[in-house]
Amino acid sequence: MKKYIAVVDFGMGNLLSASKALDSVGGNAVVTESRRLIEDASAVVLPGVGAFSDAMKNLKKLRLVDTLRAAAASGKPFLGICIGLQLLYSKSEENGSWEGLDIIPGRVVRFPEEKGLKVPQIGWNNVYKTKPCPLFNGVKDGSFFYFVHSYYGIPDKRGDIAATTEYGVKFASAIGRDNVSAVQFHPEKSQKAGLTILSNFVKMVKQ
Amino acid sequence: MLAKRIIPCLDVKDGQVVKGVKFLELQKAGDPVESASEYDRQGGDELVFLDITASHEKRKIMIDVVRRTASTIFIPLTVGGGIKTVGDIRALLNAGADKVSINTAAIENPDIISESSKLFGSQCIVTAIDAKKVSNEKWEIFTHGGRNRTGIDAVKWAKKAVKLGSGEILLTSMDADGTKKGYDIALTKAISESVNVPVIASGGAGNVEHMYEVLTKGKADAVLAASIFHYKEYTVKKVKQELRKLGVNVRI
Repeated sequence: MKKYIAVVDFGMGNLLSASKALDSVGGNAVVTESRRLIEDASAVVLPGVGAFSDAMKNLKKLRLVDTLRAAAASGKPFLGICIGLQLLYSKSEENGSWEGLDIIPGRVVRFPEEKGLKVPQIGWNNVYKTKPCPLFNGVKDGSFFYFVHSYYGIPDKRGDIAATTEYGVKFASAIGRDNVSAVQFHPEKSQKAGLTILSNFVKMVKQ
Repeated sequence: MLAKRIIPCLDVKDGQVVKGVKFLELQKAGDPVESASEYDRQGGDELVFLDITASHEKRKIMIDVVRRTASTIFIPLTVGGGIKTVGDIRALLNAGADKVSINTAAIENPDIISESSKLFGSQCIVTAIDAKKVSNEKWEIFTHGGRNRTGIDAVKWAKKAVKLGSGEILLTSMDADGTKKGYDIALTKAISESVNVPVIASGGAGNVEHMYEVLTKGKADAVLAASIFHYKEYTVKKVKQELRKLGVNVRI
């Protein structure tokens, strides 16, 4: 069967842009909620927007929690986007306390209440690389990417941070460990720089 | 550092761009997807489609326009105009819109903000506010293109919309709109300082100075403009280069 990238559809926003953007850089995206299709995929993308608690509830309802953990452990390329990044952490403080997928140890917290700091952060912000990461090949350091979020993750291990961004605080805007990587911004909405990230991901799939 | 956003807006009627976008190099001058692509090339940070289609049947055309646009360009797309129900919002988001802007429907039924932001997330629910000055430092909401005075205070309404779950405010000054004499700085500042979500200023852009004023003194997080881009007085790129010279952080 032809290689494909499973774009996990778990009811957290529209996935048309993510799948079209992957297709535009030579990926073969299949939007799916099927455990079998995720298991058989050459790579997995976990995208989405919305609340952490809803996202985890939906993953449990679709019985995808173990499927995603297995996919991350399998060594196949795995990319989290926006809420898909936050879900990789151990827990989130969004409206209470919620357990995440616990693939990257760490927690998700809200931006500080500060005068003049608008939350959500909406718009284009600079992303600075902190370690070599194949996702960022060919992306100029400090490039602008499109963000929409009120929460951000803090990994337990500094070594898991791949890039940082400043918004009230300096936070991990990209994380990576082995085959698992994730970005807080939306590469599928970040024009050329975003498509470069997705193209790098597609290259990993093809290797 | 988070950049100030420059957002071109296209008025779309029955699937065609109106107010004549005059991009000579384009094959189909009136095609919203072509115009959207051009603004994407110029470096627009986001795009807004305002659907001004009058007939209900023809509104389905917009869904197709959104789907084609979202498959072609990879920057955020907001769609506004005539949205009345949660079903309308769902259809546009499913077609690939990243955000919807709700205007009159939110005033008539504020629950649409809370309901839709719970279902789809605050980040995709923009409340559009059309405000007009009624006395010194006081603005009220007007609907139906500025004809209907609602008696609702603009600052209070902005606060309420955010409390209900709106993730962004698209603020249009009915006094400034179409004048090309600059944005309403006092109004924008009043709203921006009273809410904790981003405010997009709209109405009155005639030149780069106007944008500079509203982004600095007006404390806007983004500016929306239509005619100065459509009539090729400025490209988005040129606007950004000039703003950067003035010290504004923009994405180039």
